[in-house]
Amino acid sequence: MECRDIINTLAACLQVSGTDPGLAQFIQILLGVLIVTMAPLIVVILLIWVERKFAARVQDRIGPNRVGPYGLFQTVADALKLITKEDITPAGADRLIYNLAPIVSIVSVILIWAVIPFSPIHIGVDLSIGALYFVAVGSIGTLAIMMAGWSSNNKYALLGAFRVVAQLVSYEVPMVFALLVPVLIAGSMSMQGIVEAQRGMWFVVLSPVAALIFFISTQAETGRAPFDLIEAESELVAGFNIEYSGMKFGLFFAGEFVHVFTNALLMAALFFGGWVGPGVDQIPALGFVYIALKATVFYLVSLLLRSTLPRVRIDQLMSFNWKFLVPVSIVNVIVVAFLLQVVRALGLAPAADLANDFIANLPQAIVLLLGSLVIVAFVLQQLRNFGRQERAAAQTVMVRKEDDVDMLPAQAAH
Amino acid sequence: MNVINEWAFIGVFVAIAWVIPTLPIALAAFVSPRKPNAIKMQTYECGVETVGDTWVQFKVQYYIYGLVFLVFDVEMIFLFPWALAYNRLDFFAFGAGLLFIFLLTDALIYAWRKRALEWV
Repeated sequence: MECRDIINTLAACLQVSGTDPGLAQFIQILLGVLIVTMAPLIVVILLIWVERKFAARVQDRIGPNRVGPYGLFQTVADALKLITKEDITPAGADRLIYNLAPIVSIVSVILIWAVIPFSPIHIGVDLSIGALYFVAVGSIGTLAIMMAGWSSNNKYALLGAFRVVAQLVSYEVPMVFALLVPVLIAGSMSMQGIVEAQRGMWFVVLSPVAALIFFISTQAETGRAPFDLIEAESELVAGFNIEYSGMKFGLFFAGEFVHVFTNALLMAALFFGGWVGPGVDQIPALGFVYIALKATVFYLVSLLLRSTLPRVRIDQLMSFNWKFLVPVSIVNVIVVAFLLQVVRALGLAPAADLANDFIANLPQAIVLLLGSLVIVAFVLQQLRNFGRQERAAAQTVMVRKEDDVDMLPAQAAH
Repeated sequence: MNVINEWAFIGVFVAIAWVIPTLPIALAAFVSPRKPNAIKMQTYECGVETVGDTWVQFKVQYYIYGLVFLVFDVEMIFLFPWALAYNRLDFFAFGAGLLFIFLLTDALIYAWRKRALEWV
């Protein structure tokens, strides 16, 4: 019934039938790898359809509805079209890097799926440093976009690549700081360990600030609206992928969609309990349902953000990151670390044998939640003051302008 | 699975992950037409002929952001072991972590005061 069981049985059968144990183990690993690598590529076909339908509804359109029932096969048709399109390499492009970039961009996303826990027993591989691993391979995607922009021999693409350096690289800082919080609370960097630690209480309750910062910065990492400065079709036409055509463009396109869903999965796993849900220990396959449902919610939220928010300006983008997200995420880490020690000193932390109990986790959760609320209140207060100052400054400028207007006829008369 | 096997899995994973996106590109190379000509291969610039070299010197601001990021990225990695062992450490660990984060914040404040974070 379980695909994991099938793989294990197969490996056992191979060993019994006299195959070299090393080879049997290799086949076992290979089968597991094939399943996990194919999963995102199959999911993406559905994701593109979901996104197009959803964006269409937001914009009061119907969306794809011709190919197959409800337009479900539109993505397949598009893929076929892209394969048969001529692949143009612009003159003067750096050929090796130009051809490598789309592959690297999708590889970096697929690699993240190796450590995503789908159920108590289904995970590609439960690395002991899973959290660090996905940050590391995730940042290869940044490199891919930089490679694409640089090698295209196109000024728009190069501008896109510049913005990558500014945007994707900068938003990694608050993302990693937000990631530090689940690691702090769970005391584990393995993804399975982090999910296990949420059996009693989801980490979003313990640190909503970290969850929000993680969501915003992963949103920026995907390079989509409102953070789509690297593509910015109204300024850079298509940004980094402007010269790509045919299937190479298709890979960038697919990579972006998988990236958004992967971020939703990570969000679900790190802050919303991943596969944790009722009955998941009896029927591990239920974990797939739980994590998929949670991830779908975040996927739809990011689609909603994409289809409703306007693009931010690059100076706003950078100020938002370095002067808002980074300081807040640093303060958040300090506050969570401090409160964890306080909770332990006061004896409010759940006992080791009650770690999975909701009630036992409650006192700790309340203390940490209050800490988060204090941060939110403080930040809102600061923002209010800042807004007041800005408005006052804008008003004085306007008043001065009006004075100038008054001066003009007088000067003319003079 | 033991540690060696885990990383063997990642190794195989990396290899397969490289193969899979290469397949559609290889397929497209067989299926798609190939009729290049000089005008088609031109760099796209909204119909205007390109002027000058593409790979120009760029704004120093991007470089500064890259530099600030580097400081953070290297130092953040050192926070992970601290976070990992935090549940087993006492109040002194909080103090040590705080000191380290202060050093980190110091870099941010310095960059901020030096107006390295302003987009000019």
